[in-house]
Amino acid sequence: MLLAPVEYARPSSVAEAVRLLGAHDGARALAGGQTLTNVMKARAAAPDVLVDLNGLAELRAISRTSDGGLELGAMATLTEVTRSSEVAETRPIIAQVASQIADLQVRNRGTVGGNICSNDPTNHLPPLMSALGATMTILGADGERAVPAVDFFLGVYTTAVAPGELLTKITLPATHDRRDGFASVTIGKDGTCIVNAAASVHDGQAAIALGCVAAVPVLLASASDEDAVRSAVRGAKLDPPSDVHASAEYRLHLAEVVAVRAVAEAST
Amino acid sequence: MTEPVRGTRISVDVNGEIHERDVEARRLLVHFLRDDLDLTGTHVGCDTGNCGACTVIVDGVAVKSCMMLAVQADGASVETVEGLAGNGELHPLQQAFSSFHALQCGYCTPGMLMSAKHLLDNNPEPTEGEIRRAIQGNICRCTGYVNIVEAIAATARGEVSG
Repeated sequence: MLLAPVEYARPSSVAEAVRLLGAHDGARALAGGQTLTNVMKARAAAPDVLVDLNGLAELRAISRTSDGGLELGAMATLTEVTRSSEVAETRPIIAQVASQIADLQVRNRGTVGGNICSNDPTNHLPPLMSALGATMTILGADGERAVPAVDFFLGVYTTAVAPGELLTKITLPATHDRRDGFASVTIGKDGTCIVNAAASVHDGQAAIALGCVAAVPVLLASASDEDAVRSAVRGAKLDPPSDVHASAEYRLHLAEVVAVRAVAEAST
Repeated sequence: MTEPVRGTRISVDVNGEIHERDVEARRLLVHFLRDDLDLTGTHVGCDTGNCGACTVIVDGVAVKSCMMLAVQADGASVETVEGLAGNGELHPLQQAFSSFHALQCGYCTPGMLMSAKHLLDNNPEPTEGEIRRAIQGNICRCTGYVNIVEAIAATARGEVSG
């Protein structure tokens, strides 16, 4: 399928990328292109200008923060995350989950920031970043702001990143003996998600984020024993969508199952 | 290219040969290869990023060329299936696919070969599990994958000569 005519710019700095995004009404950031290109083929998106972030090395860095946390550049590819020693040392769950996204070719170009900003309800990283308490740094013409994950995901395909703005990095707090887990049921191995759950457990308390059951990740707090997790999910009064892959009832059932599995993984 | 353009002139090394062309910004890499350079070995299968028939290697990395713009390959080195055979001899992977009956209709084969080459370039002695994982992004609806996996494993063991 041919794409509709579009203009293309390759900024040489992050500041220039933000200027370009702000200067053109129909401008859109092009990260790995593993979602956007296909959405453009289907004419579900019709940007006037693509601002290609691929040349911006400053958006690719993965590093540890001085207080023991982790910083992921928005343009780090999923493959880079799976191989990063910094990720392995601090939040190995991120590498584990990134390695389950789609397939090798897609992970070679697909980025952390792209997965988060597309905020497709079937994506793995929005619930994971929610459970881990990540903070997103957004840059715009008026400067930088830090948005916690809980305020970042606004609706299906929409986030706190406004037109003219750019997600530059994702910051994970130091773990302080916190342990993480993730579980999902997908269509085929590493396929499209039916329901997923991420959990982060500390001192018998779990932060759980459920994906694919609502427009945005559903964040729950619970004690980490199985009965408590099950009743927390039941108490959330979820109203998940039905589609050809799973009925609402089945998703509701799975939400409990994957939440228990994610918490169990985080507790071992 | 710090101001938006509708198209531009790009220079791409494809299988060791430099090609310069004017391309529209909207042109996908796979269409650049097939329609501008007449390298029709790279196939368009699903055109939605799922099937992997369009897999090529860009600067040493396997990518699906239906999800990359041609302008993004400006200055890059691209390997396609046409670059595998040399001096009239098949690449060992191609010979193995033939010997092991690793294809039937052949539509997925160019992408499958490039994923296999990318694997062996980076991991010369893969396990069966690593081979299966490496071709996870390449769909074959004929073979059931068994012979494809055997062909790649035999190539890695050096049991096939080109």
